[in-house]
Amino acid sequence: MQTSLENDRMAKLKKYMADVLEKTDRPESYLIAVLHRAQNLFGYLSRDVMDEIALTMNIPTSHIWGVATFYHYFKLKPQGKHSIAICLGTACYVKGAGDILRTIKKELKIGIGETTEDGFFSLHEARCLGACGLAPVVMIDDKIYGELTNQKIIEIINNYRKRDRKSKEG
Amino acid sequence: MKKNKSKENFIITLCDGPSCIHNKSKELKRDIEIQLEKKGLSDNGRIILSGCLGMCSKGPILIVNPGYTIYGHVTEKDIPEIVESHLVKGKPVSRLIIDEDHLYNRFFRVFGDVGFFGKQMRITLRNCGIIDPESIDDYISLRGYEAIAKILSDMKPEEVIEEVKRSGLRGRGGAGFPTGMKWEFTANQKSDEKYVICNADEGDPGAFMDRSAIEGDPHTVIEGMIIGGYAVGSAKGIVYIRAEYPLAITRLEKAIKDARDSGFLGENILGSDFSFDIEIRLGAGAFVCGEETALIHSIEGSRGMPRPRPPYPSVNGLFGKPTLINNVETWANVPVIILDSADWFRKVGTEKSKGTKVFALAGKVKNTGLVEVPMGTTLREIIFDIGGGIEKGKKFKAVQTGGPSGGCLPEKYLDTPIDYESLAKAGSIMGSGGMIVIDEDSCMVNIAKFFLEFTQNESCGKCTPCREGTKRMLEILTRITEGKGEQGDIEKLERLGNLIKKASLCGLGQSAPNPVLSTLTNFREEYEEHIKHKKCRAGECRLLLDYVINDKCVGCGACKRICPAGAVSGNPKTPHVIDKSKCIKCGQCYEICKFGAVDKK
Ligand SMILES: Cc1cc2nc3c(=O)[nH]c(=O)nc-3n(C[C@H](O)[C@H](O)[C@H](O)COP(=O)(O)O)c2cc1C
Ligand code: SF4
Ligand code: SF4
Ligand code: FES
Ligand code: FES
Repeated sequence: MQTSLENDRMAKLKKYMADVLEKTDRPESYLIAVLHRAQNLFGYLSRDVMDEIALTMNIPTSHIWGVATFYHYFKLKPQGKHSIAICLGTACYVKGAGDILRTIKKELKIGIGETTEDGFFSLHEARCLGACGLAPVVMIDDKIYGELTNQKIIEIINNYRKRDRKSKEG
Repeated sequence: MKKNKSKENFIITLCDGPSCIHNKSKELKRDIEIQLEKKGLSDNGRIILSGCLGMCSKGPILIVNPGYTIYGHVTEKDIPEIVESHLVKGKPVSRLIIDEDHLYNRFFRVFGDVGFFGKQMRITLRNCGIIDPESIDDYISLRGYEAIAKILSDMKPEEVIEEVKRSGLRGRGGAGFPTGMKWEFTANQKSDEKYVICNADEGDPGAFMDRSAIEGDPHTVIEGMIIGGYAVGSAKGIVYIRAEYPLAITRLEKAIKDARDSGFLGENILGSDFSFDIEIRLGAGAFVCGEETALIHSIEGSRGMPRPRPPYPSVNGLFGKPTLINNVETWANVPVIILDSADWFRKVGTEKSKGTKVFALAGKVKNTGLVEVPMGTTLREIIFDIGGGIEKGKKFKAVQTGGPSGGCLPEKYLDTPIDYESLAKAGSIMGSGGMIVIDEDSCMVNIAKFFLEFTQNESCGKCTPCREGTKRMLEILTRITEGKGEQGDIEKLERLGNLIKKASLCGLGQSAPNPVLSTLTNFREEYEEHIKHKKCRAGECRLLLDYVINDKCVGCGACKRICPAGAVSGNPKTPHVIDKSKCIKCGQCYEICKFGAVDKK
């Protein structure tokens, strides 16, 4: 069953595709842009969304699936409320990002590309967030946390949990 | 509100690069505004947000002009003093000034107009931190878009190509192909449609030069592309940029719009019969898409798989049309060459590598950030003079250039001048500009494994040697770091590595073994120690370590409680011991001990 929110998002996506079809010479070349827009709206690319794109853009679903799975940026599963991206760029790695990753995995009990059972965190890897001077670094949603230690990252994660609990209570 | 610029008495530049934002630069903006308001100065000058200024470890960075005084580690509490002392009384606050004689802050002072003495360090990043990247007027005030006027009024396309050829500019995306020649190939193709592409995919996982160049000065890249379009006879430009760079994308979008509104993009540019426009296409996180043929497939809306070359994109590129692809930094050099002449450009650099190169210096070095140096500068000058040497008084071990396609160079190569040929001869490559300093605490086998994990994960899977060969190599490396290395592993790695290099289709596979092969050449003894003696001298491979409790142990029992293997024994308040035969080397006791009583050896 689709909620009105979802209908609204789908309408936006359709409008975007209509624009592409109308205003560009080679609409099929905008597939990746359409997928970006869809992920932006829905948070991930579901089978339904891909079918809709296939229908509207007149591109085989198999091709869309192939493209969506090829690129790391596209998520094929619903994502957690907060995304934790751990930088595994070279500078972060030589400064111990491997250890931080182990700690996060242990703390959240998930691996890279997975979401916690409560749907609160998803864990991703990133490549150089441009903050090498602060290595090792994680980005939670849009915020960068640097100069991490095992202790610090656990504190940060706990703070997110605490804030969430508070907002639920009050 | 539009301010009258002639009344501008000061400009305060605040870095909004990722490191400085983390150090609260955005909050400082408000504090400055409040102070200016208090002193009634709000209308006498302005605050600019610029991208990374290359001094990340001293952030947040604030530059106050007049004087181009660079302040570092600025906090909220310093703002009233800076405003009062510097802006009102004209006296810079000396305790906050970063004034080491590093090359990277010298350029701010030499930058007047076009300093001609070849000392100019910043060609690509010449405007970064100096102009407001969101203001086309600022760009124009520093001779921006003048090169367009010049070519449209005085130069034929052939002449532009000749000038770029004569400048000696080579591609900054890694391979160093002569830019002018590439332009000529594309120009010589007869076609109704041609494309010009800016490669802003920046795949090296330890680098952010292109991102900062766009965030700090997007118009330069646009101007370079317009010149390229004019030279090769193309009307359509595309910037292929990583989706992970939202700020760079926003700035670029704004810059394109402003350039269009000012008549530098679109139909009949500056009243000439040349038309050119630029569109942005987003990547989606695949390293291989930085490779030009894969990038083209990606823009076409497909999986980014490389294809064999020839035909090169200059002949058969995007949508089958002749296509000119250059890297961000390459493009940013072009307006300078046109305005200051190829003759001037040729004076900077070495015989075969002209101009400057931007590096993202990071790792175990004191000053991390972006540096731009003339070609020919030595690795030692970058790491020790500009970078300030190794952190925490540790010993230098290696420098990695070229990211996953490059190599690790030990101390004996520190005096190697930076140019395409010298770095290749030393066993690494120039690459796109990642430069990671490694100290004695890092294990070279582990570094090699790190890069191979990356390339193996990013292999598009089209060629078996790249897909499967890297997997085999990774298995061997993993074994070695886990203490299960065998006689003959080194030779196997070498054989496999050379095979993958020869038999892969694209640059990813052809260069994937480089980090392993170069560490095998330069740090072979570390591999041998891991294999023969099961020892990791850097103490990084945890399965090769012994965990031992020293005499700082107070007998708190924390390690005993956490040990999953029951390897720790001892009575409360008496020193504990670890049974080596039971220990699974998980490291938990080391982490939990509050008294520093567990050693890794
Ligand atoms: C695996 C792979 C990744 C690459 N990644 C990039 C990149 O991120 N940015 C870039 O400009 N060039 C990259 N290149 C090089 C491009 O294929 C191409 O040579 C370059 O964009 C040409 O521009 P230039 O001549 O100005 O360097 C990559 C090549 C390979 C094989
Ligand atoms: S070398 Fe590797 S990345 Fe390149 S085309 Fe072959 S499989 Fe793909
Ligand atoms: S390293 Fe792990 S297994 Fe070994 S003694 Fe410490 S806690 Fe126990
Ligand atoms: S490598 Fe992690 S921020 Fe650059
Ligand atoms: S982020 Fe501010 S100097 Fe690099």
